Amino acid sequence: MKNDAAPIRVMMTKLGLDGHDRGVKIVARVLRDAGIDVIYAGLHRSPEEVVTAAIQEDVDVLGVSLLSGAHMPLFGKVLDLLREKNALHITVVGGGLMPDEDVAKLKEMGVADIMRQDSTPEQIVATIRRVVAERSDA
Amino acid sequence: MTKHDIFQPTTLKKLEKQFADWEANELAESLERRGESKDEFRTEAGIAIKRVYTPLDIADIPPEDIGLPGQYPFTRGPYPTMYRARPWTIRQVSGYGNAEDTNARYKYLIAAGQTGISTDFDMPTLMGYDSDHPMAFGEVGREGVAIDTLDDMEALFDGIDLNVISASLTINPTAFIIYAMWVSAAKKRGYDPQRLMGTIQADILKEYVAQKEWIFPVRPSVRLVRDTILYSAEHTKRFNPISISGYHISEVGGNAVHEVAFTIAFAISYIEECQKLGMSVDEFAPRLSFFYVCQADFFEEIAKFRAARRVYAKVIKERFGAELAESMRMRMHVQTAAMTLTKPQYRINLMRTAVQALAAVLGGAQSMHTNGFDEAFTIPTAEAMKLAIRTQQILAEETNVTSIVDPLGGSYAVEALTSEFEAKVFEMLNQIDDLGGAIKAVEAGWMQRICADTAYEYELRKARGERTVIGVNKYVEEDEEPADFAPHPYDEGTLERQLARLNRVRAERDTASVQAILERMKVIATDEKQNLLPVTMEAVEAKATLGEICDALRSVWGVYREEPIF
Repeated sequence: MKNDAAPIRVMMTKLGLDGHDRGVKIVARVLRDAGIDVIYAGLHRSPEEVVTAAIQEDVDVLGVSLLSGAHMPLFGKVLDLLREKNALHITVVGGGLMPDEDVAKLKEMGVADIMRQDSTPEQIVATIRRVVAERSDA
Repeated sequence: MTKHDIFQPTTLKKLEKQFADWEANELAESLERRGESKDEFRTEAGIAIKRVYTPLDIADIPPEDIGLPGQYPFTRGPYPTMYRARPWTIRQVSGYGNAEDTNARYKYLIAAGQTGISTDFDMPTLMGYDSDHPMAFGEVGREGVAIDTLDDMEALFDGIDLNVISASLTINPTAFIIYAMWVSAAKKRGYDPQRLMGTIQADILKEYVAQKEWIFPVRPSVRLVRDTILYSAEHTKRFNPISISGYHISEVGGNAVHEVAFTIAFAISYIEECQKLGMSVDEFAPRLSFFYVCQADFFEEIAKFRAARRVYAKVIKERFGAELAESMRMRMHVQTAAMTLTKPQYRINLMRTAVQALAAVLGGAQSMHTNGFDEAFTIPTAEAMKLAIRTQQILAEETNVTSIVDPLGGSYAVEALTSEFEAKVFEMLNQIDDLGGAIKAVEAGWMQRICADTAYEYELRKARGERTVIGVNKYVEEDEEPADFAPHPYDEGTLERQLARLNRVRAERDTASVQAILERMKVIATDEKQNLLPVTMEAVEAKATLGEICDALRSVWGVYREEPIF
């Protein structure tokens, strides 16, 4: 259960070899400016590294940005690892460039939401607060 | 008929008075009836834009700064006849799947009228991993073509006449290997390397700032660039061994001034590194080439291209003492701005791209890639690329804009903006000099910070509605239908086919001799003064894989880790 008073903790990451980091850095900054605790894990991380770090850092949300087109296999791996490590209490939120049908599939697979390339700062903050609230209610 | 020289002091005096009167009368009345839509007008890079420009605004520009096309400082274009001789090269970048898939796309684009080739490589190839490396998981052939060995390179250019069509290779940290593979493949087909036309991006410094594809720490990476430039100057004289790229600086957030200032600062660093080995600037500078974005701010972009040529010419001549005009002449590839494309109402991306392409032409580009309308979804479909080619063909063959060289030269506004832009670039180059040069600035994260800050400010302006993005913050259609086209699909059989060839090559080659070459490469890598290209040529010809070559050098130099800045 999330204590309402504690700030939300988010880890922002880039998975695999994708170097497009304009979006992830903007999201990190928007969340930080909104009073959310943000850790940016940097570039070129493997799913194993990211999941291990998210558990160690005890985050509420794992934000994964991908613009390389490899979102289906990489998100699949992150979700598998979270399941294996009993860490499904960490909510996964995606962001980046992906076709609509993949977005629908990712949500079915267990990604809480996908931020699109045109999300406004307000929408970004609202999405994070909403997915954390929804998880706490569950 | 009396001849009126509009720049005569007496004429300018009269004009000043006329302007003051106009402001006091016509303008004042007009503003009283209806104010302007904004208090101040600025370009995207923040340059203040005047209401109207007159001869007064360009009277102080030295006429020799404007000059003539094909003449120092090349403000009006690198060549005297420009598109009257032949239009710019239509060069769409493409790459996906295996070499055969991309080869088929090349042939489709050439049939559609493309006049140059450009290759996108997949992430493992860009980052120095073979297709079977764990870091390649999910990425093989995904957003570019997979190249592991010389055999892949041969298949990539199969059936394409390299004497007729020039090839551009869009790759950076592993550029030296891809260059070696490309030259080897061409040699095997009987081409004379000294006659090969083409370009390799190989601009590693902007990677640390913008595109974020790297393997080794900054210094050894710059050495590989130096080695490629110097080797190419000797063995492939018509080839451009670098394309110093502002495009990515813009895509990651930098404005137009940052884009030009950083590229020229990087050029300065590369030239200095080459000179340290005793090469004179005129021996290699004629083959240094550039790559810029064409963003949405029409006149600023045109001024940018003109100013970039002028600044570069002055730097090469005055700072480096070059004597050849070819050394001072900046040639550029231009790509329209992917950042401006939207997923909502995606068809309007065609119009955005067409307008940006026109600015690139009016700015004097040598070759161009126009983006596909579907690039906010994934890599473009064949249909989208054909429409992008048609866009360039309309400009080249229907609009008649190609008949006048630098048609905006002499425009009070464009000349004034060009000069202001030039001043801002020089100001920033001075700042970079004060920091100890571009390499130090990159290592300190100085440029990275500027780009991140500018990107964030842009996002806030967009959110406040100060920066219009149609379909996103204006003219939004809430009930927009889903896209009615099928985005480019990923062929799940790519990896299997790629591994089949990789494994066959590994089984058939003489692995002991490959290892011996790689051991020799490690020794050469420890001596900063030696050129690594000859041994790289040997390695690829013996069928060393791209990943093996990178591993050999990783064992000597280590790898780069970024300090994340946000």
